[in-house]
Amino acid sequence: MTMLSITNLHATVGDKQILNGLTLDVPAGEVHAIMGPNGAGKSTLSYVLTGRSGYEVTGGSATLNGEDLLALAPDERAAKGVFLSFQYPLEIPGVPALTFIRTALNAQRKARGEAEITAPEFLKKARATAAALKIDFEMLKRALNVGFSGGEKKRMEIFQMAMLEPRFLILDETDSGLDIDALKIVSNGVNALRSPERGMLVITHYQRLLDYIKPDRVHVLSAGRIVASGGPELALELEAEGYDKYVQVAA
Amino acid sequence: MSLATAIATGDLTQLPSRRDEDWRWTDLRGLIRAIPPASGLLEPTPGGPFAGLGGEEIVFGNGRSDGRAGALFTAEGGAPLRLRFCSDARGARHASTMVINAPGGERLTLLESYEGQGDYLADVELHIEIEAGAHVTRVVLVEEPAESILVSTAHVRLQPGASFHQVVLTSGGRRQRIETRVTQAQGGAEVRMDGVYILRDQRHADLTTVVTHGGRDGTTSQLTKGVVRDQARGVFQGRIVVEKGADGTEARMGHHALILSDKAEVDAKPELLIFADDVQCAHGNTIGALDEAAIFYARQRGMPEDVARAMLTEAFVGEVVDRIEHEGARDVARAWVSAQLGASE
Repeated sequence: MTMLSITNLHATVGDKQILNGLTLDVPAGEVHAIMGPNGAGKSTLSYVLTGRSGYEVTGGSATLNGEDLLALAPDERAAKGVFLSFQYPLEIPGVPALTFIRTALNAQRKARGEAEITAPEFLKKARATAAALKIDFEMLKRALNVGFSGGEKKRMEIFQMAMLEPRFLILDETDSGLDIDALKIVSNGVNALRSPERGMLVITHYQRLLDYIKPDRVHVLSAGRIVASGGPELALELEAEGYDKYVQVAA
Repeated sequence: MSLATAIATGDLTQLPSRRDEDWRWTDLRGLIRAIPPASGLLEPTPGGPFAGLGGEEIVFGNGRSDGRAGALFTAEGGAPLRLRFCSDARGARHASTMVINAPGGERLTLLESYEGQGDYLADVELHIEIEAGAHVTRVVLVEEPAESILVSTAHVRLQPGASFHQVVLTSGGRRQRIETRVTQAQGGAEVRMDGVYILRDQRHADLTTVVTHGGRDGTTSQLTKGVVRDQARGVFQGRIVVEKGADGTEARMGHHALILSDKAEVDAKPELLIFADDVQCAHGNTIGALDEAAIFYARQRGMPEDVARAMLTEAFVGEVVDRIEHEGARDVARAWVSAQLGASE
């Protein structure tokens, strides 16, 4: 069944129309990749789906399991299971990573009417997850992302994802800033979360990430809408031929 | 010219006014139309915010301790001193003075609290003498009612080899000045002076510090952080004077404030007056709002907006609280910060 359903979505940033009638369905259990040239609206799509202010929806709809996402506050969307791995994760001075994640997890649980996670339960899970992602546990006691390298920040995004166990994952340029070893670790972390109940949208400029996180479908985003869709072979074709042909189509 | 003199003489012209450069943001002359009558007797029960931390308690009730407006304390044996200035008065005034000596080699933790009810005019003057090799930690927690006017002035003198660490935490009052004047006449001493102000409604707080380095190789480190909302007003004045010949002085001062509403105000005046050649001095001063990108990030992870804002604000102030070395006092300070920030929701 369709998990994320986007229909004829239009959105502006400032006065600028960025999304121009974007339509896309991601069924549960599938990984869909969105590829496209710079400025196509890839990051805008991720912010519109998560409710960042300044990104105004001017038409169309987006639903998760039939529920209107666009009517919800960002934290309500998170509690429904939407998670965005940021292209540029924020630094949070003064808040240890573990404190940040536990506060977030308990806020989500509260919003869903679930009991808070106990401290021992949380720590046990954090230790196991950190080990799987080769994150030094001591790093989780430091202020989140403050002084972390680009690769460490991306790893922390995946760590948060694994701890929060979202139902729908959006990865925005998760491969940027990663060397090949880090890319493998991050990809393993993402692949570990693949399940029949979970959907994923992987936004990337380069095909490289898709060697590690294999998509079921690939879509080309250009000038704010999907201009082509296909199987994994489409990503290889884009890698070989570039986006020129799609930029022309959209223009 | 001071509030203490005005109270003692009844002469309103002795009140500092906005025309005095050091009082331009904390005008008393324009606010106080008459010196009110003396406050009645008050005998507070033992306790206060630091009651759980043990040590000796000296308490002033409406300016008097054991019937006197002044007291003397000499540190001995390392036990904390809980110094409480309690007020409960309406339309009245009181003043008190206290002298604290830390003889060579002593370590004194001074846990000072201001606890009040009503509306009154209070003046407190402290003299703290710190001999060579002595260390004094002063934690000041100011919890005054919205209608109180308070001026608290501490004069601290350090001999070479002495150290003084202070943090002031205040939620302000109708008009409030917490001033610390530190002199290391011969240098060679170590000073740290931090502050936190968290103000709302129409409250006002003024944290003023003056540090004078009169000799070589002294250090001063200062970090003050403020959070103001509603129509509150925070004032920070920090002056570091390095006199001629006080070479090798190291001084740094930071003041950072968050303004959480359009009508709140922060006035800051960092001053470094340097008359020596070989010194390292720096200051930083920022005033701004919470980082909206960070708030969105926290909300994307599931935190409601108020939770995200409270977390980031607490973290902002937390940097100062973390610098408190006394564990018990740090816990009290942390709980106080949480309560101040939580109470606004």
